[in-house]
Amino acid sequence: MVGALDTVIGVVPVVSAFLSATDRWQSLKVRLGFGRMNYQLDPGLYAVGAPDAKAQALVTANYKLSFDSLRPHLAGRDLWLLVLDTNGVNVWCAAGKGAFGTDELVTRLRSSGLEQLLAHRQLILPQLAGPGIAAHLLPKLTGFSVRYGPILAVDLPVYLDAHCQATAAMRLKKFPFSERALLSPLELLLALKGSLPFFILLVLLFGFAPGNGYQQNVIAHALAGLFPYGAGVLAGTVLTPLLLPYLPGRAFAVKGAVAGLVVAVGLLFFSLPQHWLQNSGGLLLIVVLSSYWGMKFTGASTYTSLSGVKKEMRYAVPLQIAGGLVGLGCWLAACFF
Amino acid sequence: MSKLVYLQEVVTLSLDRQRCMGCTMCVIVCPQAVFSMVDGRAKIASRDHCMECGACAKNCPVEAISVKAGVGCAEAVLNRMLGRKSGSCCCLLEDEEGSLPGPEVGGRGGCC
Repeated sequence: MVGALDTVIGVVPVVSAFLSATDRWQSLKVRLGFGRMNYQLDPGLYAVGAPDAKAQALVTANYKLSFDSLRPHLAGRDLWLLVLDTNGVNVWCAAGKGAFGTDELVTRLRSSGLEQLLAHRQLILPQLAGPGIAAHLLPKLTGFSVRYGPILAVDLPVYLDAHCQATAAMRLKKFPFSERALLSPLELLLALKGSLPFFILLVLLFGFAPGNGYQQNVIAHALAGLFPYGAGVLAGTVLTPLLLPYLPGRAFAVKGAVAGLVVAVGLLFFSLPQHWLQNSGGLLLIVVLSSYWGMKFTGASTYTSLSGVKKEMRYAVPLQIAGGLVGLGCWLAACFF
Repeated sequence: MSKLVYLQEVVTLSLDRQRCMGCTMCVIVCPQAVFSMVDGRAKIASRDHCMECGACAKNCPVEAISVKAGVGCAEAVLNRMLGRKSGSCCCLLEDEEGSLPGPEVGGRGGCC
């Protein structure tokens, strides 16, 4: 908030087109999963610059990360920003769930007072709002027409300067290395958060295996198990996203398994300290874990269909379970030799 | 980016070209460039690129397009199989009837 604009409908908050150090720090925290579920701003009307009745009106979600990815590309312009209530969810996900939907747009358009401020009757929506908005219904419901802008905010200046014409390239959702690298840390942290309790539980159970005393057993298995566990998680949540286009196979479970296999084969060049049976089990577990988390990356990816995910899971999940059991079985069996 | 194509021959997308009136909305909203215009009507040009987001069907004024829209997310499918009401992600699937989970159970997240 850098100021306030006095209008016929009252005071409209003016936001900066520049991100503050706090904005950047908060974005980083959210990217790493801290406070991600509650990073919101109040829905309603905002202004950039000093918009008048002829200024364009852009519509976005009340996820602060979405809002902040939009603002820097509006520098030097006078625009209205209509922020819909999407429960702090980004545009694309919220559109898919219906929160960034026709009803919310109609309601917010009225309650914000934007209708009264504009001499024209056109709204610009992000293209990825498409799954939630029936653009052809808007004129009948509100008198406004909807134009879909580009997918990325970075293309907005060119789009706006070209009288709201998007190129074919702007309309294509790409999934470049930079975006995959940005998503990977969160994948890693969520994977660790979800799986560490199981890892600890397994280590505590392996303490009962024959051999030395319980405590020594636990420590030995924790240290030995850290390798396949850590390698599997890293291969699935870091290597798989980063190398996604170069990994063979179309199914993410296959891509993940290949990434795990590469890591497992790489580890063979080191002298592995355990019994051969334990080593085999460990290497198999790396492939299984990497396949599992690779498969989960379908959720963050931008081109997977639900039908496809269901299809790959039908064969991947049973194989992952079987592989996991065999891997753990080898590990356990080795304790008896 | 041509390397990033998901599984072949799985998607539920279909287009009734007879109904199409050539408004080009599907070409505009599709983020995967699945559609192209041929002889003034839409055509499914690259079917395997479809991610079933549902934007085309939602924005087709004559209901010429049908697709079983959903989010291609393994976590969501797992959550559904395990009967979970919420996940670490925004990931919950719609009911089979197509009703959306309310904002209190799903909808919150930012992974995708």
